[in-house]
Amino acid sequence: MPERPMIEIENVSKFYGIYKALDDVSLSIAEGEFFSLLGPSGCGKTTLLRSIAGFETPTHGEIYIDGAPSLALPPNRRPTNMVFQSYAIFPHLDVAENVAYGLKRLKLTPQEEKKRVGDALDQVRLSGLGQRKAHELSGGQRQRVALARALVMRPKVLLLDEPLSALDKKLREEMQVELRTLQKAVGITFILVTHDQYEALALSDRIAVMFGGRIAQVATPKEIYQHPRTRKVADFLGGMNFLKARVLGEQAGAVSVDAARFGAVSLAKPHGFSASDGHVTVGIRPERLRLLWDDDRAPHELAGRIENRAYFGEVTHLTVGIDGLEEPLSMVETNNYGADDLPIGAEIRLAFDPDAFVLLAEDPPVSRV
Amino acid sequence: MNALTQRLRLIPLLPAYVAVYFLFLYLPILLLPVFSFNNAATTTFPLAGFTTKWYASLVGNTVMLEAARNSLVVGVTVSLLSTLLGICAARAITRYRFRGQKAAAGLIMAPLFLPEIIVAVSLLMIVLAMGLELSLLTVILGQTVFCVPYAMSVLVSGFEGFDRSLEEASYDLGETALGTFRRVTLPVVAPAIVSSLLVSFTISLDEFILAFFLSGTEPTLPVYIWGQLRFAAKLPGVLALGTIMLAASILMLTFAEILRRRAERRTQMALMLP
Amino acid sequence: MTAAALGAAADTPPPARQGRWVRSEEARGLAMISPTFLYALALLLLPVLTVLAYSFWTQDYLDIDRTFTLENYRQALTEPIYRDLFVRSLWISLVVSVATVVFSYPIAWFISFHGGVHRNLWLFLVTVPCWTSYLLRVMSWKVILGYGGVLNTGLISLGLIDEPVTSLLYNSNAVVITLVHSWAAFAILPIYVSLQKIDRTLIEAARDLGDSRMRAFFRVTLPLSLPGVVSAFLIVMIPTVGDYVTPRLVGGKDGVMIATAIQTQFGKGANWPLGAALSVTTMVLVSLAAAVVVFALKFAVRRIR
Repeated sequence: MPERPMIEIENVSKFYGIYKALDDVSLSIAEGEFFSLLGPSGCGKTTLLRSIAGFETPTHGEIYIDGAPSLALPPNRRPTNMVFQSYAIFPHLDVAENVAYGLKRLKLTPQEEKKRVGDALDQVRLSGLGQRKAHELSGGQRQRVALARALVMRPKVLLLDEPLSALDKKLREEMQVELRTLQKAVGITFILVTHDQYEALALSDRIAVMFGGRIAQVATPKEIYQHPRTRKVADFLGGMNFLKARVLGEQAGAVSVDAARFGAVSLAKPHGFSASDGHVTVGIRPERLRLLWDDDRAPHELAGRIENRAYFGEVTHLTVGIDGLEEPLSMVETNNYGADDLPIGAEIRLAFDPDAFVLLAEDPPVSRV
Repeated sequence: MNALTQRLRLIPLLPAYVAVYFLFLYLPILLLPVFSFNNAATTTFPLAGFTTKWYASLVGNTVMLEAARNSLVVGVTVSLLSTLLGICAARAITRYRFRGQKAAAGLIMAPLFLPEIIVAVSLLMIVLAMGLELSLLTVILGQTVFCVPYAMSVLVSGFEGFDRSLEEASYDLGETALGTFRRVTLPVVAPAIVSSLLVSFTISLDEFILAFFLSGTEPTLPVYIWGQLRFAAKLPGVLALGTIMLAASILMLTFAEILRRRAERRTQMALMLP
Repeated sequence: MTAAALGAAADTPPPARQGRWVRSEEARGLAMISPTFLYALALLLLPVLTVLAYSFWTQDYLDIDRTFTLENYRQALTEPIYRDLFVRSLWISLVVSVATVVFSYPIAWFISFHGGVHRNLWLFLVTVPCWTSYLLRVMSWKVILGYGGVLNTGLISLGLIDEPVTSLLYNSNAVVITLVHSWAAFAILPIYVSLQKIDRTLIEAARDLGDSRMRAFFRVTLPLSLPGVVSAFLIVMIPTVGDYVTPRLVGGKDGVMIATAIQTQFGKGANWPLGAALSVTTMVLVSLAAAVVVFALKFAVRRIR
C-alpha cells in the first residue's frame, strides 16, 4: 500500500461480559480506499464499524483515524460519518433539513448551507426533492438521502452499515454501480459492512473476511476469491469443492499433493504452511470443472455420473458422483450446449485444470468466550 | 469533554431525581398505614405508639359495613359490565377494520378526556329528567361509562398480540366459530380479561365523584368516607378503613399486572416472536 | 376479503349483495362494537347533549322554560364570582399540567432509555399510586400539609422550624401539589409510549452528524416525543379543570374551583340551566386554552431545529 493509512486498528477487542464480539483485530485502511468488512451475521463486522464511528467502545486496543487516537472521542467529534442500515432518516424533517442536519453546528451562512445541501443532493441525484418528507420517499431515495446527509459533512471516512440490504435485487445492483462511482468521485475512504460476498467483490478495493470476531483474511477481491486462505473463507465466497489430499513432498514455494482421483497436483505453498499429519485440504471452484461432450478431449479428465441437477436460467448446477471420491462434485455449466437437458444418472466426463486447485489452511478454532 | 465524563455528569443526577420523584409519589400512600396504627387521634409527629384500636372500631360500624356492601355490589357489577363491553369494543378494534371505527372508539374513550364532574352532572340530569330514582343502579350505570375506557385499554393490549391466523388454523382444522372461541381465543386472552375485571373493580371501588352525585341514599365507601371527613375525631378510623382499601387495591393491581404479563408472554409464544 | 368488503361497502350494498355484506369484515366489526358504542351513546353523548340543551333554557323553581336564551351564558361569563372561578380553574389546570409534564418527562425518559429489562416493573411502580383511591390520596395530602400535619410537626421535631408554617394548606399551591401528584402516571404513560416508538438509530445518526447528547435530545428525541407530550398535556389539563375533591379538601377559600360552583347549581342552588351553562363554558374554555398551549408547544419545538 503506497497510500498513507487513514484508519489504523490496533489489537482491538470488545467483550460483552465474557462474550468476545471482537478478538484482537488489527487492520490498516488506506486513504481513498473502498474497503469492505465481509462476514456472516454475528462475526463482529458491525461492531468493528460502530467502534470506528464511536458507538461502541472497545475493551482493549486503539483506533487511529487519520493518525489521531480516537477512542476517547464521542461520535460527534470524529471525522467519520455513517450511513445506517435503516438509513435513520429523521421523520420530522424534510429531505433538505435532513441533509442540513449536521451543517447547523458549523454556523454557515444560509447561502453557503443551501449551496452545500444542493450540491450534496445533486451528487446523489436527488435534486428537486428537498421538500419531500421522509415517509414520501422510496427505499432507494431514502438511501440516497442518508448518503447525501453523511457526505455533506465532508468526512474523512464514510462508514456504510449494510446500506443495500433493504433494497430489492435490481435496485441493489444499480446502487452498487452508483456507490462505486460516487466513491471514485469524492475520493474519500469508504468502509462497507456487508454479508453479501458479490457486493463486496464488485465494490471493494480490498476486503476483510471476518469470522467469530476475528479477521480471517484481508486481500483484493480477486486474490480473496482465487486464493482463499482457509476453508471457511473459500466457502463463504461462493461454491468450492473440498478434497482431503495427502502431501507427497515439499519444495521451495510449492507443495505437491495426491488429490485422490485428480492425481498428483502441485500447489503454491502458503506462508507458514505446515501439514501436521501429512494431510491437507485442497479446493477447486465449481466453474473450473468443465463438461466434455462427445469427442472432446482434455489433458486431465474424470468420468462420473449426474446425481442431481438444478436449473438457474443462464447456468445449470450439476452434482456429479465420481467413483473413489467421498463427496460428489459441484459444477456450473452454461446452458449453451444442453447441460440443462442431461438426465439424472447420465454418464459424463469432465475436464479439470490442476493449476486451479488451492491449498487451504485449517481454520483456527472458534471460541467466543 | 469526552463521552465518559459526560456520562458521569448526567448519570448520578438522574437516579437522584428518580428517587425524589418516587418518594413524592409514595409518601402520601405510605402515611395512611403509618397513622392508622398510631395511638393518637391526630396525625402528628412524633408517633405516639402502636395500636390496632382504630381497626377494631370499624368492626362494629354498621353504617360503614353497609357502605362496604354497597361498594362490593357496585364493584362486581361494574367490573363485569365494563369488561363485557370492553371485550366487544376491543375485539372490534383489534380484529376488524370498518368505517367510523375511529369515531366510535373516540366516543368510548372520551371519559378519559373529560372532567369527571361533567360526566357526573350530565348523568345526574338525564337520570332525574327521566324521572328515575338515584340508587346503586344509577351508580353502576355511571361508573361503567367511566370504567370502559380503562377496561378497553387493558383488553386491546391483550388482544393486539393475538394472531388472527391462530383462529384461521382452528377453522381450517374443522372447528366451529363457537368452538374456536372456546378452545383457542378464550384461553389465549383469558389473562387479559381477568386483568380487566380487576382493574375495573379497583377503579369502581375507589371512584368518588360519580358515586357522590348518583348514589342517592345508598353510599359507597368513598362517599361514606367523604361524610366522615367533616369530623376530625373520625379521622383515625377513616385512615384505618383507607389502609384496608389501599391494600386491597394494590393487591388486585399486582395480580392484574402479573396476569397481563403472562398474557403478553403467551401471545408472544404463540407468534414465536423473540 | 378486506378489499372485497371495502369495495362492497363503498357504494351502499344492493339487496342482492346484502348477504355478502352481512358477512363482510365491516358488518361484523360494526356489530361487534355496537353494544359498547350504543352504551356510550346513551350514557355519555346523550347526557352531554342534554346538558348542552339545558344550558339554553331557564328554570323557574321546578319548571323548565324551554325558550332559547343566552342568559345563562351571560351570567356565567360576566358575573365576577364565576369569572374569577374560571380564571383560577384554568390557571390551576394549566400550571398543574405543565408541571406534571415537566416533572414526569425525565421519569418517562429514564424508564424508556435506562429501564433495561425491568421497564414494565418501573411502569407498574409508577402507576400503582395513581390507581389507588383518589379521595384517600387527597386526604393524605391534607394530613401532610395541615397546620398540625405531618410536614409541620415533622419539621418541628427535627428542629428545622420553631412554629408551624400556615401557608401550606388551604390555598391554590396545595391544590397544585395534590393534583400534580394525582396525575403523574397519566402524564408518564403517553410520554413513555412515544419515547419507546423512537428508533434509537435516529439518535445515533444525530450524534454521528455532530450533535452532543444534549443537542441530539433537543433536536431529535424531544420533537419525536411531542405527540406523547401533547396527549399527556391534554389528559391532565382537561380533567383537572373540573376537579371537585381536591379544591374542597385542601383548597380552602383561596383554592375554590369551578366544579364547586357547578355542584352548587345542582344541589342547593337548584339552577340546572346555569349549572349546565357553567359546565359547557368550562369545556369550551379549557379546550381553547389547551389548543393554544398545544399550538405554542409545536411552534416552540419547530424552532429548535
